[in-house]
Amino acid sequence: MRELSTEILVVGAGPAGIAAAVSAERAGARALLVDMQAEPGGQIWRGQWNNATDRAARRWLTALRGSPVATRYGLRLVDFAAPGLAVFDGADGPLRVRCERLIVAAGARERLLPFPGWTLPGVFGAGGLQVLVKNGWPVAGQRIVVAGSGPLPLAAAATLRKAGAQVLCIAEQTGAADLARFAAGLAPHPGKWLQAAALRGRLAGVAYRCNAWVERAEGTERLESVRLRAGRSVERIACDALAVGFGLVPNTEIAQLLGCELRDGAVVVDVHQHSSVAGIYCAGEICGIGGVDQALAQGEVAGRAAAGSGERPRAVRRDCARSARFAQTLRRHFALRDELRELATADTVLCRCENVRYADAAACRSQRDARLQTRLGMGHCQARICGAAGEFLFGWTAATPRPPLAPAPLTCFTEPTSDPEPPAQESA
Amino acid sequence: MSTDVRLRVDGVEVVVPAGCSVAAALRLAGHVSTRRALDGGGRGACCGMGVCFECRVRINGVERLGCLARVADGMEIVCDA
Repeated sequence: MRELSTEILVVGAGPAGIAAAVSAERAGARALLVDMQAEPGGQIWRGQWNNATDRAARRWLTALRGSPVATRYGLRLVDFAAPGLAVFDGADGPLRVRCERLIVAAGARERLLPFPGWTLPGVFGAGGLQVLVKNGWPVAGQRIVVAGSGPLPLAAAATLRKAGAQVLCIAEQTGAADLARFAAGLAPHPGKWLQAAALRGRLAGVAYRCNAWVERAEGTERLESVRLRAGRSVERIACDALAVGFGLVPNTEIAQLLGCELRDGAVVVDVHQHSSVAGIYCAGEICGIGGVDQALAQGEVAGRAAAGSGERPRAVRRDCARSARFAQTLRRHFALRDELRELATADTVLCRCENVRYADAAACRSQRDARLQTRLGMGHCQARICGAAGEFLFGWTAATPRPPLAPAPLTCFTEPTSDPEPPAQESA
Repeated sequence: MSTDVRLRVDGVEVVVPAGCSVAAALRLAGHVSTRRALDGGGRGACCGMGVCFECRVRINGVERLGCLARVADGMEIVCDA
């Protein structure tokens, strides 16, 4: 099996991971940055690698290009063969990486919630359809309903519109009063306010409904229409696609597998982004959803700290504090409403991989119980979707993941290791 | 340099733009559902970022996610739908 050796392994090449790897090198350490996507940038900077239009993306991606950080893409972390020995799976077979210290910057995924018809082809996550479109998925001329909660559906709608889609409406589950308070709360964050204003400009003419959510997706082999509830009225809207997401969930699986302490679904870290396990640092969304500015600030701190430079520059401390306040504003004003727990019927599939019905899952005491009784969360995605839904629907806490973290060929676990080589830099 | 890529989906030759994902290539080739669930229902790409595994297909004989994989000349893709 291929094997590499590095001082600091950074898992995840979104803003947090890029900032961490570049900062670690600047502080004098050797870093290897690995991501399962085909290029760096994570979800938020997707497509920026070859054509950066965002200022922060340009700055950090240019820094990454110019730094001696070694990079490997298209590799998913599936296990640790031993402490400090990570196993990745990719199109070219498995890769092992030996490291002295680890920075986990695995980002976040969307929270998808079950409702009748949500498994039909044509129903996507909101950010999900956005990233598919950025990678060439055709939507020109299509009628699309965007729904869910928070800023992501808005950004998704803007991308879809730019790609030629006809965005029929944006349904936000939050009520008007909370939205107004959120908008007022943007005042101390001029950057965010400008972003919001720009988005509003790009979405001019698109119907924006608050207090609104999709109750049902209808169609036989594919999505044909949705039933949209807005207050007391229900309307059927014929459409080609539905993009629906209910906020973000930290990807804590890797940190959990390593025994890092979690609180409220996020990894607990100290001021140096060090987790509860020696030598393991965490940065970005896995420490609590806070957006790109927070991810960059935490990545810088983690990279420096892992390289042995404990000081936290004042500007970085200020960025951390400001973005934490913004994250709190987001959480407060986009809390999910109770009606969303009532959408799934007894027969609605909750676990998409193992086809476990809502009623069968609801009869269980915990996610672990549901695993044992119904196979919920035992399929390909390993509860990444239904586990996050179960947290909201039933108040379950996520069961501790077991290796492998994703389906992987047996060669990941059986092939003998060759002598480790230090990694050389590779272009994306 | 050509900006198109030739690949085969379930044995049929398809030409798609270089740089797009396998999931996008399948949609461009007219596939809406790319796998069958345990109850026989059709499923297709959903999360777009390698989380839900709904877009899994066989690429050159190995199971991979359509949303994470990029197209390449001569790729042999097989759906389970």
